[in-house]
Amino acid sequence: MSQQIYYEYVREGMELPVLVKNPTTQQLVRYAGASGDYYQIHYDQEFARANGLPNVILHGALKNAFLGHLITDWIGERGTLKKLSAQYRGMDVPGTPIYAKGVVTKTYDEAGEHVVECDIWLENQKGEKTTPGTAVVSLPSREG
Amino acid sequence: MTQEPAITQEMLGAVGVESEPATHLVEAGAILKFAVAIGDPNPVFNDEKAARKSRYGSLIAPPTFLRSMGPGPMKAQVRSPYSANLDGGSEWEYFEPVRSGDRITVTVKVVGISERQGRLGNMVFTTRETRYVNQSGNVAATQLSTSISYQP
Repeated sequence: MSQQIYYEYVREGMELPVLVKNPTTQQLVRYAGASGDYYQIHYDQEFARANGLPNVILHGALKNAFLGHLITDWIGERGTLKKLSAQYRGMDVPGTPIYAKGVVTKTYDEAGEHVVECDIWLENQKGEKTTPGTAVVSLPSREG
Repeated sequence: MTQEPAITQEMLGAVGVESEPATHLVEAGAILKFAVAIGDPNPVFNDEKAARKSRYGSLIAPPTFLRSMGPGPMKAQVRSPYSANLDGGSEWEYFEPVRSGDRITVTVKVVGISERQGRLGNMVFTTRETRYVNQSGNVAATQLSTSISYQP
């Protein structure tokens, strides 16, 4: 985790530091246990294929969590996450790296807060955006 | 060949009907387990001592942790004719941090059902709104989630 980011430092078009994830089948099992989502498409190969899937796939909610990780790292302890959204457009499978990325789209003051909106997404090894999303955060000011 | 619509009156009858509530204790161990599972080493999710010194004053849950807390029984079910399901996406809105020791009461209701042809054939989209209310009676967060039902 790096230093606290301040609103004054943020510009539209600014890129968030990229977060690399390397999901494994073991991670999918850990996530199933931690979240209570035991749907077999995430760890049972035969079941996944019988459901028309190429392989076991990542839980959408795990991909959502990866985007949550990206944005909470960026905003630091003093930033506040207000909204987080993700759409599971493309499937992601374990055993290949996933890149969580983001870019600032808007900055404005509202109701006494310094608000920043970002487009965030997960990208696979081929550069395909499998999981587009957005985040709305408020950031502290340098003035305290 | 025209596709028979999958959405029935019974399914539409489930729209707007709120589930029974279910209350869950936010446990430090569950937060830790979740943080490890998603691979997030942020001290406020992992280190009680550091978290107590933070502005939160306690361990807090990562943003999607509330997924681990389900609502009570549904009063009306959306029974799709299709056997397979996929998660389509979620929109979260956050109002208060979720702290270790909080008690969160969860309810859900279907807010929309639609269908269309897509890459998996005919797909039924069900949108649900989940509310997470803490022990002070405040809404900690809401989640709008879409599930996709299809015939594999």
